Amino acid sequence: MTGTVTPKARLTPHDRPHSYVGRSLSRAGAKRAVAGKGRYTDDITLPRMLHAAFVRSPWAHARIKGIDIAAARKAPGVRVVMTGAEVAKLCTGPWVGTLTCFPTMKSAPQFPLAVERACWHGEPVVMVIADTRALAEDAAELVEIIYEELPVTVDKTTALGPGAVVLHPELGDNLAFEKTIDIGNVDQAFESADLIVEETYDFARHTAVSLEPRVLLADWDAASERLQIWTSSQTPHMIQHVIANTLGIPDHNVRVVAPDVGGSFGLKIHTYGDEIATALAAKVLGRPVKFVADRLESFGSDIHARENLIKARMAFTKAGDITAVDFDVVAGAGAYSQYPRTSVFEANQILNITAGPYKHKHYRAKATVVYLNKVPSSQYRAVGHPIGITVGESLLDLAATKLGIDPLEIRRRNAFPDAAFPTKTASGVKLADMSFTRCFDVLEKSIGYRALRADQAALRKQGVYRGIGLAAFIKGTAPGPNGYYGVGGAPISAQDACTIKLEPNGGIICAVGVTDQGQGVNDVMQQIAASALGVEMAAIRIISGDTDATPYGGGTYASRATAIGGEAVHQAARALRAEVLELAGVLLQAKPETLDLISGKIVDAATGMERLPLREIGRIAHFQVGQFPNTVHPQLSHTRRFRLLDDLYIFTNGIQAAHVEVDMETGFIKHLKHWVVEDCGRVINPQLADEQVRGGCVQGLGGALYEHCVYDENGQLINGTMADYLTPMSTEMPDIVVEHVVTPTSASELGAKGVGESGTGAAPAALMNAVNDALLPFEARVTAQPITPESILIALGRV
Amino acid sequence: MKAPKFSYVRAESVEHACKLLAEHGDEARILAGGQSLIPTLNMRLSRPALLIDINRLEHLAGAIFNGKEVRVGTLTRHADVMLSHMVAKYLPLVAEAIPHVAHVAVRNRGTFGGSVALADPAAEMPACLLALGGRLVLQSVRGTREVAAEDYFHGLYQTARAPDEMLIEALIPPQTSDERSSFKELSRRHGDFAVAGVAARARVKSGTISNVRLVYFGSEVKPTLAKTAMAAAEGKIWNDATAEAVSTALASDLDPMDNLLGKPATKLHWQRVLTQRALDDITSKAKAA
Ligand SMILES: Cc1cc2nc3c(=O)[nH]c(=O)nc-3n(C[C@H](O)[C@H](O)[C@H](O)COP(=O)(O)OP(=O)(O)OC[C@H]3O[C@@H](n4cnc5c(N)ncnc54)[C@H](O)[C@@H]3O)c2cc1C
Repeated sequence: MTGTVTPKARLTPHDRPHSYVGRSLSRAGAKRAVAGKGRYTDDITLPRMLHAAFVRSPWAHARIKGIDIAAARKAPGVRVVMTGAEVAKLCTGPWVGTLTCFPTMKSAPQFPLAVERACWHGEPVVMVIADTRALAEDAAELVEIIYEELPVTVDKTTALGPGAVVLHPELGDNLAFEKTIDIGNVDQAFESADLIVEETYDFARHTAVSLEPRVLLADWDAASERLQIWTSSQTPHMIQHVIANTLGIPDHNVRVVAPDVGGSFGLKIHTYGDEIATALAAKVLGRPVKFVADRLESFGSDIHARENLIKARMAFTKAGDITAVDFDVVAGAGAYSQYPRTSVFEANQILNITAGPYKHKHYRAKATVVYLNKVPSSQYRAVGHPIGITVGESLLDLAATKLGIDPLEIRRRNAFPDAAFPTKTASGVKLADMSFTRCFDVLEKSIGYRALRADQAALRKQGVYRGIGLAAFIKGTAPGPNGYYGVGGAPISAQDACTIKLEPNGGIICAVGVTDQGQGVNDVMQQIAASALGVEMAAIRIISGDTDATPYGGGTYASRATAIGGEAVHQAARALRAEVLELAGVLLQAKPETLDLISGKIVDAATGMERLPLREIGRIAHFQVGQFPNTVHPQLSHTRRFRLLDDLYIFTNGIQAAHVEVDMETGFIKHLKHWVVEDCGRVINPQLADEQVRGGCVQGLGGALYEHCVYDENGQLINGTMADYLTPMSTEMPDIVVEHVVTPTSASELGAKGVGESGTGAAPAALMNAVNDALLPFEARVTAQPITPESILIALGRV
Repeated sequence: MKAPKFSYVRAESVEHACKLLAEHGDEARILAGGQSLIPTLNMRLSRPALLIDINRLEHLAGAIFNGKEVRVGTLTRHADVMLSHMVAKYLPLVAEAIPHVAHVAVRNRGTFGGSVALADPAAEMPACLLALGGRLVLQSVRGTREVAAEDYFHGLYQTARAPDEMLIEALIPPQTSDERSSFKELSRRHGDFAVAGVAARARVKSGTISNVRLVYFGSEVKPTLAKTAMAAAEGKIWNDATAEAVSTALASDLDPMDNLLGKPATKLHWQRVLTQRALDDITSKAKAA
């Protein structure tokens, strides 16, 4: 090989021959999962293992007057039966789901199981531990609980009114949290507006429905006083602390392992009483105990989300400029604020992001979060975004219609231009490295916007009603350290870390704080490490989801894994690479700057000529370290941590489009096609990124069209089965075209932003706008989600 | 979601199954495809003491035409009904309806007889049986009897079958060459139970429809023959005026359930839309023939 490479053209991690960043490598874990070789928590069976089942409250609100466990205790195979009071006695104290970053919020203390009162339908009251789950369920039926049914509060709009039943009398009322943002002069802007549009939007409660339910297996080793937990979790370190703290064990004596996880979507970043009680039972009995939430208990105990009613208005000039935004959110939390992340985050996020893509200046938004006798609500994929984006985008379309402006044009007119960044939204959040202008252009071309509009007009004449809906969005990803959680007092880390090690044979062990839930986080970390280091994928093994084996980290949530954890991997790999080149320089008597590490080989940077395989460095540095002079101390292991500096989030941006056909006689919607153009910065693995966007869209569309936790007036959850709770299925889902505009974030060297939630965030808005566009000739609109066929018929005045 | 304890017997013959039913009565359940029964056990919504598994009684599976009528054995899987040439040839209504029954996996196990025995108000096969004037053969230690579909479906999961009786087969008269049929339903997602549906058949001669039979399901507690609407259509030219009359008449035939799937008025509206579409379909099929 002839050396014509100039020093200026020195290769970067992204363009070396074996650079994996930007390539759609197939997921190593996928083959295993498809072959049925995945190892989930429920696949783990320990000797002497017992099983937990819970007696759950059949009432939404009831005083527990008495519990008779005698018959259950005598039932076959039963090892222990514990009431809420007994469990509470063994805890160091109750949880209180408040954070100091939400200064005005309040919540009641909560124990793992209900003690004196049950406050929602499905709250665990008694735990039964038996030899098998079936025996535990048999015995659970024999537990006799005398309840005194109490009146309930289930309607968020009257929860603060006179006469409302106060869930927790010690709090005074049902108010969990109240916050107002008031920027500029909103009243004056509305007074001088050419056009005001106003609507009320109603979002139904729904839940995550992960394929693998919540599950926890606990094993107490009395000899070493250590507790080992296997659990389907996104956040092993947070769970470690919560369990340790509640059971009174030092954190480092609790090991939390998250094996394969079958989907999580935010539902597995929370603390659940039944899981903590299971861990407690293992400690009390000195035997391993497993709890697997079945589908029925999942509906009644996994966090719910999205229950919000929003009265909103927007002011415009004749030309179509947004001059002010004003809205009022009433959010229905459940019976308690979910520990430790709280139940007020969603409303807070709605205040942050509504109408976020646009450069208006007068902004007032008020959030009121109230307690209800329902399952506690909390963070679920794209927290608050589906709601805030729907409100902003829907009002914008309404104004576009009234002003006779094309929906794409009104967005172009109002969105921050690409040259505007960094900037701040009216709500006060910083936006940087964004690309609305380019995204709009790509979308317009991708969907053939003009032709689609012409087609729509022609079909209308034939009585076929199609609609095109657009939704531009900003999406908060990768939270920084000064916003919420940790800074508010929660045991949650905003940094994440990677420890990377060179093994004697040249293999690389890379332990990361972020976790994989089936979306391919581990594969992405491997691609980043291989590229930054300069080795082949096969040389690297990723370890995640084990508090004993990985550096402390926040885990995977809020689209942070690649943006935060990925940068930590990138930095750690670069540190190891620098050391490897140092050591090679010593052995080869060359300046490290003249060497490079490419595809696992030390090469001459200028000529590309191979000098030494990496495994030789490993071998010598581990086994023949005496070859190095006394001044050289090979470390071969590097840890790097990464966090954002002052920013609240790394915001991403984009636009989605939905194309639907509405059957005006039946109200049924056919979703013909869906497009997403988004900017998640550097794309590490395009296929995985695309599938995150697609899966995210489907989850968003589920909420827009089907999903609804239906409560009756007594607080009974009346559709908590897979037969009655409708999730989106592939037959109804459209093809989803995904395109990326790449503006790397300036917050990191890698340049990756989060991608896992933007699909979910804006799909409901695009869908609702498309439906309303189809309904336009009938002057009908829908403003509630899920949009049911019946709701369309009602809007049309046909029933 | 673990079933309570039950005993299990694999039936060696129909007589064996009937003997067990006679001994255990309402405490026993026949286990066919298990697609409806097993979930109710796991959710502890039903707790029979004994399951009588008839899956090895292979002679109870299959659809044949005996020159007079089509006999569909109780154990015929939905998937086999879908593939059956007999059904395609003699019972086009059933052939049109069967793809609406559940999903592939459920159709592979679920049985024709299980669906009829269960009598879910939104099930397609009971509606077809009623529309086609089928009869059901029931056997017990007391003997064998035939019950017309019209007398068989009593209400929500209620049928004429006594606790000691086993469903053996359905006898369905073939559709004649001068009649056309149409099957329409609305379900929120493909494969879900219908929120509204109609199984319709009629003879069409130069635009005039006769021998009209309209059966509604999904909205009602049981498959329902819409006698007033049928009378309003009988012998009429299928046009806007007839459609209007049928639509109006339907209100007196139907009494839709109020549940999560929709309000009664909405369901009546859907059934009216489906009626229009089914009869449009029947007349256009007649034209095409
Ligand atoms: C996800 C899902 C979707 C579905 N969607 C639809 C749908 O769209 N339309 C539809 O029609 N069905 C649907 N079903 C139901 C399915 O068709 C069932 O299989 C059917 O209703 C029952 O048939 P089976 O053979 O599984 O009966 P089983 O579950 O075995 O039995 C059902 C009941 O019938 C009784 N029984 C069965 N056979 C006999 C017999 N020979 N004599 C006396 N009693 C008997 C049993 O004792 C039991 O009480 C769905 C089911 C599922 C799980």
